[in-house]
Amino acid sequence: MKKRWHRRHIAEAIIQTLMLLSFGLVAGSLALILWTILSRGLPALSWEMISQPPASGYYMGGGGGILNAILGSLYMAGAGTLIAFLLGLPIALYLETYLVDSNWGQIVRLCLDVLWGIPSIVYGVFGFGIMLALGLRASMLGGIIVLALLELPIMTRAMDEVIRMTPRDLKQAALALGSTRFEVAIRIVTRQMLPGIITASLLAFGRGIGDAASVLFTAGYTDRMPSSLLRPVASLPLAIFFQLSTPFPEVRQRAYAAALILTIIVLAISLGSRWLSSRLSKFIVK
Amino acid sequence: MNQSTNATTSAKQNKDGGQPRLSLLARRRQDQVAGRTFFFFSLIPILLAGFIIAMLVIRSAPIFQAHSWWDLLTGQVWDPDKGLFGFLPFIMGTVWVTFFGLLLAVPPCLLTAIFLSEYASRRLRALMKPLLDLLAAIPPVVYGVWGVIAVVPLVEDWIIPFTRQYLKNVPFLYSDNPTGYSILAGALVLAVMIMPFIISVIYEVMHNIPSGLKQASLALGTTRWQTIRYVVIPQARAGIIAAIVLGASRALGETIAVLMVVGNVAQMPHSLLDTAYPLPALIANKYGDMMSVPLYDSALLSVALILLVMILSFNIGSTLVLRRVLKDWV
Repeated sequence: MKKRWHRRHIAEAIIQTLMLLSFGLVAGSLALILWTILSRGLPALSWEMISQPPASGYYMGGGGGILNAILGSLYMAGAGTLIAFLLGLPIALYLETYLVDSNWGQIVRLCLDVLWGIPSIVYGVFGFGIMLALGLRASMLGGIIVLALLELPIMTRAMDEVIRMTPRDLKQAALALGSTRFEVAIRIVTRQMLPGIITASLLAFGRGIGDAASVLFTAGYTDRMPSSLLRPVASLPLAIFFQLSTPFPEVRQRAYAAALILTIIVLAISLGSRWLSSRLSKFIVK
Repeated sequence: MNQSTNATTSAKQNKDGGQPRLSLLARRRQDQVAGRTFFFFSLIPILLAGFIIAMLVIRSAPIFQAHSWWDLLTGQVWDPDKGLFGFLPFIMGTVWVTFFGLLLAVPPCLLTAIFLSEYASRRLRALMKPLLDLLAAIPPVVYGVWGVIAVVPLVEDWIIPFTRQYLKNVPFLYSDNPTGYSILAGALVLAVMIMPFIISVIYEVMHNIPSGLKQASLALGTTRWQTIRYVVIPQARAGIIAAIVLGASRALGETIAVLMVVGNVAQMPHSLLDTAYPLPALIANKYGDMMSVPLYDSALLSVALILLVMILSFNIGSTLVLRRVLKDWV
């Protein structure tokens, strides 16, 4: 009896230690990644890198920066997020107002899950295949469309989840007062999900701006500043990737700096969306 | 009839809101039109999923006509110029990296999720959620850079010399790979990448278990770990497995971060420290410059199809399980 008593308490202590260790491991790996990127990227970061496109000989250590890639990424992810939002909002509203507990809603949700699971490289292959069939070359337009498709399931699922948090009573009260489902969607659900819309959009934007595999074939790469929808455009993830694969230490240094820039953008978006949605959530009924 | 159309067109202004007040009929019409419009939007995901799968199937058909699928899946030689398309080294590369990535990720994920849902204080829990979100928000290419800066040298300077000296006869650990670009480096990077994801799903599953069950067990005088071991884990088993499978489906498709650290040499892996060439890396490296060689394009699209089939079978299966698990308890 006494032995059993001891054993289970020893097991408890061991498992608690292991849990704390693995918790530390997860938190530590985040710290380690951020520290590595910061400590390697910061020395190489300069105003020139953020404010200029690459000069000649850039990939052998010459002057210039990666403004073309920063702008290209912001344009593509911005436009892609806008398109994904315009397509995703009606789907999310439809799922939560017209399709409550319907089979069609379940099918649409399953398809969104399937799309969400498709890796970005397959979106890239699909987009490039369509562009080849239409006779288009790698261009900013192609990049925007592929990012929009990639972001659509992320955005829609995130909005769907937020709307589901809306108290059912609120919708039912509106319906009981004689509102149509469309009025519930526009006047009540849209207002309630405002913080969720912002979180979902920023989440999708963050995924879009950081994704390399989808824009690899569809948007191409160029050293010129983004100018036209039909020309190739540089993007930040690919700038990092290409610079890191050169043999020159100076250029590899710049890849670290570019990675730092991308990390800062993405983390600012992530923290910003958290802050905004907590500010805005005081306007909704819980 | 006349009256109704009249009412539709002459929308009166609302006194306080300033919005037009429509007649009942017009509102019903509006509701129906909006419903139909919404319906067309809801077709988009279904059509998109259908188009992607259809395109991959159609475009990869030529290679499956020229070679038997058995030869393609078990062929070990990849030499497009000679018309040899063996997918096995790439499939094994993907399987190895994903398997060992999961092996490294699952134990700490499970422990952390249990810790968060059963032990952690409310404040620590509130702190952990943003932390996991941040980890999940870091782009794959940044994980890749971290892998090149930190993980590859770790493998090259510490782990490989160590295994050469002390673990020579252990299977899966000896290799003549001179660099740190290896399956182990890929698996480490992948493990860190999918951890936040698996943790949040397992946490959600455990959090949904009715607390009455736990309290009943604790009331009988068990320690917390006994409750977890004999009540929580059995209840959560299906959800935990689904979370791990879902993590695997994410890991299988990860392209750029793995590509940057696994070395990309097409060979059958025999050891954790060998280089590998996973399926997504093959597509990323070769698609785009394959125009002249016959069947090359079709071969790469069939690689994408194989990858997609692997991922979707994992993904759909685990999604259905998770959906049922989480709905049952809510």
